Amino acid sequence: MNQEKSEPTSENTPPVAKHPDHDSRRDFMMKVSLGLGGLAAAAVAVPVVGALVAPLLEDKPEVWRSVGTPDQFPVGVTKLVKFENADPKAWAGSTAHTAAWVRHEADGQFVVFSVNCTHLGCPVRWEADAELFMCPCHGGVYYRDGTVAAGPPPKPLPRYAVRVAQGQVQVGTAPIPITKFSDG
Amino acid sequence: MKRFLRNVGDWLEDRTGVMSAIRPILNHLVPPGAKWAYVFGSATLFCFILQVVTGIGLALLYQPSSDAAYQSLKFITDQAMFGRVLRGIHFFGASGMILFVGVHMIRVYIMAAYKYPREMNWITGVFLLFLTIIMGFTGQLLRWDSNGVWSSVVAAQNLGRIPLIGTTLARLLLGGDTIGAQSLSRFFAYHVFLFPALIFGLIGFHLFLVIRNGISEPPKAGRPVDPKTYRKWYEAMLKREGVPFWPDAAWRDAMFGALVIIAIVGLAITVGPPALTQPPDPSLIKTTPAPDWYMLPIFALFALVPPRTESYLIFFGPVLAVGALLALPFLSGTGERSPIRRPWAVFGVVCVVIFVGALLVAGEIAPWSPRFDTKPVTNFVSYHNPQLERGAMLFYKKGCQYCHMINGEGGIKGPDLSVIGRTWTPDQLDVQIVNGGGNMPAYGGSLKQDELRAIVAFLSVQK
Repeated sequence: MNQEKSEPTSENTPPVAKHPDHDSRRDFMMKVSLGLGGLAAAAVAVPVVGALVAPLLEDKPEVWRSVGTPDQFPVGVTKLVKFENADPKAWAGSTAHTAAWVRHEADGQFVVFSVNCTHLGCPVRWEADAELFMCPCHGGVYYRDGTVAAGPPPKPLPRYAVRVAQGQVQVGTAPIPITKFSDG
Repeated sequence: MKRFLRNVGDWLEDRTGVMSAIRPILNHLVPPGAKWAYVFGSATLFCFILQVVTGIGLALLYQPSSDAAYQSLKFITDQAMFGRVLRGIHFFGASGMILFVGVHMIRVYIMAAYKYPREMNWITGVFLLFLTIIMGFTGQLLRWDSNGVWSSVVAAQNLGRIPLIGTTLARLLLGGDTIGAQSLSRFFAYHVFLFPALIFGLIGFHLFLVIRNGISEPPKAGRPVDPKTYRKWYEAMLKREGVPFWPDAAWRDAMFGALVIIAIVGLAITVGPPALTQPPDPSLIKTTPAPDWYMLPIFALFALVPPRTESYLIFFGPVLAVGALLALPFLSGTGERSPIRRPWAVFGVVCVVIFVGALLVAGEIAPWSPRFDTKPVTNFVSYHNPQLERGAMLFYKKGCQYCHMINGEGGIKGPDLSVIGRTWTPDQLDVQIVNGGGNMPAYGGSLKQDELRAIVAFLSVQK
């Protein structure tokens, strides 16, 4: 590779012009090295980005979780229940739990409200005497049917699927409700 | 011995050349006026180094796992040797870093040091500001008590308001559909690896730019920045009157940095780290999530803006703020630097400081939140009339008192009702309670007739 040194010809002729073979070879090798570098980077990036987005691609089943027998929920009463999320990992510990408010509306008719305020997701608490759900964060208030009574929440409390099966009240697991731009 | 050390030093210098590489940086000339106003950037850097060091200490004791993190935090706080102080330093170090990054930014803006040729110094600084805030927030999540869990839900909800990709981003943040095993591992990876790496890189770039473009001289009214002549003028000024950074200017940075660190350690020992709240069980809902002080102004803003504008604020607010900060050096990259000639800039800074400070105070008071811990009025006043007694009790039990104060007891979300009987007739009270309105729930559907009468009677005698 001594083409630069050789042939000290006239100055306005660049030395590379005299060696088109060498030039195109170097150019080619540079492109190959860039391409290989890109390939190497992509080969590493795929599993790393994969680890990042993997939870989005998981297909979580909706499962029914028993939260008690119907007679544990008197008619007209709203009660806090706790159930396990669908398919939690072994090291989730207590973070695998979700809470929900179960209301026995009429005989055999149940409604299950999310505890997540639709404003920013804080846990609402049921004030039994006032018959209101109240959020501690920014003062969101909901009526017993989950509709907004006061404060900033843009929409009613979301509901979980519920059924009575095998003598048990069962709640369908679901993703944590996220309020969208269009909801606000 | 001395000779031996000198020989070792000479050998190292000959083989590595470290000193000859560093010396020009240490001794580079800086404007003689770069005095105490210039210590806040280095104070931020000292806080960052403190965070790295104490972060390593905490990582020796911490379990980054959703099920065990809380126990390990209890261990760090209550049992590990100096663990409480270590947590305290890391907390006050974070507070200091956020405080000084803010003060540094205000100093640079007031003195207009972002103007030509230091536009990129400002832009890298803006990114460092946001990375610092992100570090503060992710660090608060790593505490992984109920506050950490619910703060991550709140963060996910904020991301969820971004159009189109919001829900995806929210799930990405939580590491799945719900809080769970993957949530904390992610926050840990972001807080300990990803964002610190970005900060290291950006600090290096930021400091490189400080050396390359030179420390800005204190501004003087009537000496505007002109890109055609500035660099030449700056070089000549340095040659004429510049002083070496080390030791003429650097001792102030070193002294202020040392005092800051001593103050942080002092606060860590005397005040200690924030107390842990309940365990990270999302089914424990008797909790009042509130962020650390540096996020409180934003938390307060979300409570105070009209709900209908909120989605726009959550999405466009940060976009506009980042856009304005990045655009600043291009919109006013030349001209006067002196704050005396830029009164509107100073006025703007004062407004922003008052605005953020007021939101911080409002966030501490949280007047919009119901006071669940209020005590019934009947604890303090006894009524002979049974209907008044019942009205007072119902006023508490029906939740009125969470938001309304009577004789100094109760919430402050709604109006104080201590003297409501003077101006409101029973009929007016009746209508308001049944129909609600003005951000008050309608109680018509839940109060019985006699309960309503008792509450109205109770309120009518508040004179």
